[in-house]
Amino acid sequence: MTTAELKKTANEIRKDIIKATHAAKSGHPGGSLSAADMFTYLYFVEMNIDPKNPKDENRDRFVLSKGHVAPGYYSALAERGYFPKEDLLTLRHIDSYLQGHPDMKKIPGVDMSSGSLGQGISAAVGMALAAKLKNKDYRTYTLLGDGEIQEGQVWEAAMFAGARKLDNLVVIVDNNGLQIDGNIEDVCSPYPIGEKFAAFNFNVVEINGHDFDQIADALKQARECKGKPTAIIMKTIKGKGVSFMENQASWHGTAPNDEQCEQALKDLEKVGE
Amino acid sequence: MADVKKIATRESYGNALVELGKENPDIVVLDADLAAATKTGVFKKEFPERHIDCGIAECNMVGIGAGLAAAGMIPFVSSFAMFAAGRAFEQVRNSVGYPHLNVKIGATHGGISVGEDGATHQCCEDIALMRTIPGMTVIVPSDDVEARAAVKAAAEMDGPVYMRFGRLAVPVINDTADYKFEIGKGTVLKEGTDVAIIANGLCVAEALEAAKKLEADGINAKVINMATVKPLDEELVLAAAKETGKVVTVEEHSVIGGLGSAVCDVLSEKLPTPVLKIGINDVFGHSGPAVELIKEFGLDGDSIAKKVKDFVK
Repeated sequence: MTTAELKKTANEIRKDIIKATHAAKSGHPGGSLSAADMFTYLYFVEMNIDPKNPKDENRDRFVLSKGHVAPGYYSALAERGYFPKEDLLTLRHIDSYLQGHPDMKKIPGVDMSSGSLGQGISAAVGMALAAKLKNKDYRTYTLLGDGEIQEGQVWEAAMFAGARKLDNLVVIVDNNGLQIDGNIEDVCSPYPIGEKFAAFNFNVVEINGHDFDQIADALKQARECKGKPTAIIMKTIKGKGVSFMENQASWHGTAPNDEQCEQALKDLEKVGE
Repeated sequence: MADVKKIATRESYGNALVELGKENPDIVVLDADLAAATKTGVFKKEFPERHIDCGIAECNMVGIGAGLAAAGMIPFVSSFAMFAAGRAFEQVRNSVGYPHLNVKIGATHGGISVGEDGATHQCCEDIALMRTIPGMTVIVPSDDVEARAAVKAAAEMDGPVYMRFGRLAVPVINDTADYKFEIGKGTVLKEGTDVAIIANGLCVAEALEAAKKLEADGINAKVINMATVKPLDEELVLAAAKETGKVVTVEEHSVIGGLGSAVCDVLSEKLPTPVLKIGINDVFGHSGPAVELIKEFGLDGDSIAKKVKDFVK
């Protein structure tokens, strides 16, 4: 895929995030939008997957540790063909399979149920460990929030992954700088993030998470690094692409109303031009 | 019972894992720096590459177990009951229970018979916690024979299982020719018509002792070994209640939420019957030799017999 195609796809995913959370009247658009470019690259370029065979035992795995950005995840899965895009409008509805947080039992393409912060990374570590034990060459990716890494379990998992030299594991931190209660630095600063993962014996790559060349290069570095898991700390903008949502903590877990939805889609149409 | 062979069910756990490891290459054992105490050390000796020591980080260990299961392996996640069910409760609930992953939790050092380590390590709440998780199977084996059978049965079924083992060596009571373990089925160990004593774990042997003593007082007690707390053998509970009209539950666990509560849940709804719950009465334990603690907390044969006698009077 060319960079232009990736940008276009990411923009489609962003539009779906807005439409889905608007239809749900709840959900988490801010962190979905910040991670949309990474979702796009993972599902359209990086990962060895087949939407027609979502349970293939040799597939690459993805665990959305920051499970609340399910709208971004589901939009990417739908865009990639795991399920119909129109189903995104049933997000969080009482009769929908698209649960508020990822559910591996109900949603095609979801490799692990997640949402309780700090837990997804451990499951991803388990999947990476299973590949080592079974001599399989699939890779495992997991996406965490920068607020999420305040959870102690994240560091238990990081310690284990580093100690076990799980070089088939890529931990991505969406560093959009905001969590529900405000700036991550004001709430309880997790900085410096890269140094922390380095101290746990990770190969650390710090990038701009909205630059596809940098995303591609970071994931290439991860594949080439032997004997260490890789942590990609990506600087992003919460609410990326929607003017009034950018860098606003208040858009962490609030859905756009009719008017806001319309405005957001207009913003994204412009980006697409 | 001095001449009876005694084995701690945690030993049975380790030994059963070794047997399973030989049969199935997908069996993997996780521990959190307690391999010598949980007895998974014997598995480590046999299959070092399939024994994963996660260090002192039980929440992560449970999550790794979930990931291994999601990738098709059969992990036995091992720690003390306090940490497996207590500390890692939410991981068990959300990463294992909710996706109904094939993770087996081997929780040793259940109850007050942990002994000298005292209250911080004497978990009397684990069964209550685990049985509230939808789809979780909960087993409390009574002796070596049953513990090994339970581990094997857990490996054979698909889905999460919580197994509670003990630190204290307990009498082997199930080494009979016709013994057969089935998840979800209780076993009548002694027939009786005056009262039904339903027990699990180390309390089964004590209940049998109590029944002998009651016999001398003219009370004919039925004794049921209810190793599986969930799914509970409701049919057997109802039949015993119907036959005897009085039910006593005995467990090395809080009287809140454990076997006694499970039995009461069934009886109150389907066949209201007087029930006496014998267990830990909403208090913490303390340090001391396990056998003395069992007496102090009223879970030995003599104490059970006295309480049952008062109850059926």
